[in-house]
Amino acid sequence: MKRARIAWQGGIHEARPHGADQLRLADGRIVGQAEVTWLPPVQPRTVFALGLNYADHAKELAFKAPEAPLVFLKGPNAFTGHRSFSRRPADATYMHYECELAVVIGKAGYRISKADAYDHVAGYTVANDYAIRDYLENWYRPNLRVKNRDACTPLGPWLVDRADVPDPMALRLTTRVNGVTTQQGTTADMIFDVPTLIEYLSSFMTLSPGDLILTGTPEGLADVKAGDVVDTEIEGIGCLTNTIVDDAGWFGAAGQGAHAQ
Amino acid sequence: MTSKPLPLAGTVYGVVMNDRVSVARLGAAAAEAPYKGAPRAPVLYIKPANTLAAEGAAVRLPQGEARVEVAATVGIVFGAPAARRTPADALETVAGYLLVADLSLPHASYYRPAIREKCFDGACPVAARVVPVAEAGTLAHLTLHTFFDGLPVAERTLADLLRDVPQLIADVSEFMTLHTGDVLLVGVEYQSPQAAPGTKVRIDGGALGALAFSIAEEAR
Repeated sequence: MKRARIAWQGGIHEARPHGADQLRLADGRIVGQAEVTWLPPVQPRTVFALGLNYADHAKELAFKAPEAPLVFLKGPNAFTGHRSFSRRPADATYMHYECELAVVIGKAGYRISKADAYDHVAGYTVANDYAIRDYLENWYRPNLRVKNRDACTPLGPWLVDRADVPDPMALRLTTRVNGVTTQQGTTADMIFDVPTLIEYLSSFMTLSPGDLILTGTPEGLADVKAGDVVDTEIEGIGCLTNTIVDDAGWFGAAGQGAHAQ
Repeated sequence: MTSKPLPLAGTVYGVVMNDRVSVARLGAAAAEAPYKGAPRAPVLYIKPANTLAAEGAAVRLPQGEARVEVAATVGIVFGAPAARRTPADALETVAGYLLVADLSLPHASYYRPAIREKCFDGACPVAARVVPVAEAGTLAHLTLHTFFDGLPVAERTLADLLRDVPQLIADVSEFMTLHTGDVLLVGVEYQSPQAAPGTKVRIDGGALGALAFSIAEEAR
């Protein structure tokens, strides 16, 4: 089963797919997928993200693979839904997407063993963990100015139940920019797989329902510019679409300077 | 772990390297690898929901850990969303201030995010009450006193912040919104005093009140 969270007619709804282009709400209403506002399919609680968790990507960034998971956190400001905009600021020269399998925790636990790890997973969705490398600094790297910008982590479209994903460690990842494939990989190439990450994180902190683990991205990063349409897709999980906008496209009449009253 | 209600519901963000003592302690190392230069933007981290602990909590360290750094600090509590604020209008978004103890497993390096070190369960004890701005007085006049088992171990002033409260809100809200209920800690000192299991900790925050908790004998 897969479900979305959407805003429609002044309310927030859980929706299921209905054919290829429509959604069915709980009360039976059928609406077009292009008509609704897509929200992240879960309201994220604590969100972990992995850096350098694919050997080829680590090599691409000229790092040797880490010995322990390189984890950073994101706040709720970072998330946005399917078919939304993400802002590329005027001074950015290199903003890249990152297609990632997002694991949604469904059951609380502390000191969870690898063998029990999947019992704590509710399901999976897709994340696009944009980074703006101009702001990278060697202090708590990757720093929040690179990775925790407002609405720069699209999430969705669907939460897919764990039962519908027999092997999350063998899924193809693909990113397309304006329809052209730029990134391809497989979750089989993760350095620290999903059970290992759950065991590691829960060795010092309690995982709770609604927590998310963004499991990192393979090689194939490329700069994206305003107007680019970016599809991050994971086999069996979904295809998450996002559009890059510039400051004018984001702020509109509010202008590009500092906050205007 | 949480025995009393918490006075906050949002996300807690913190910042390091925001006081002259920390900059001096790190010294010339900031210019060298791996940092290769002093930070330009605020150096932020997150204290997630599992770290929050109420006044009076007995905090259990992760398995195998026998020391914990106790950094007294103050949280700015937002009463309105702060986004793209300037120093001149930043304070309009502040509801009050909260006395906080930011606990960390000792770590000398600020190069990589310190998730295990700063995010273990209970690593963010907070005082029972948010003190409204009008009642808190001038933060720069505050001194925070930390006691272990009744003995003074640290004293820090909030007069030496590199970015004061308005400037910190402006520089953080340039790229991320601080929502109503979120908390932004004004900074922790590099290499704060270390407590062992069994220690009773008390922080006296003057107009912000006091915060007491303990480090449990038993690891979690």
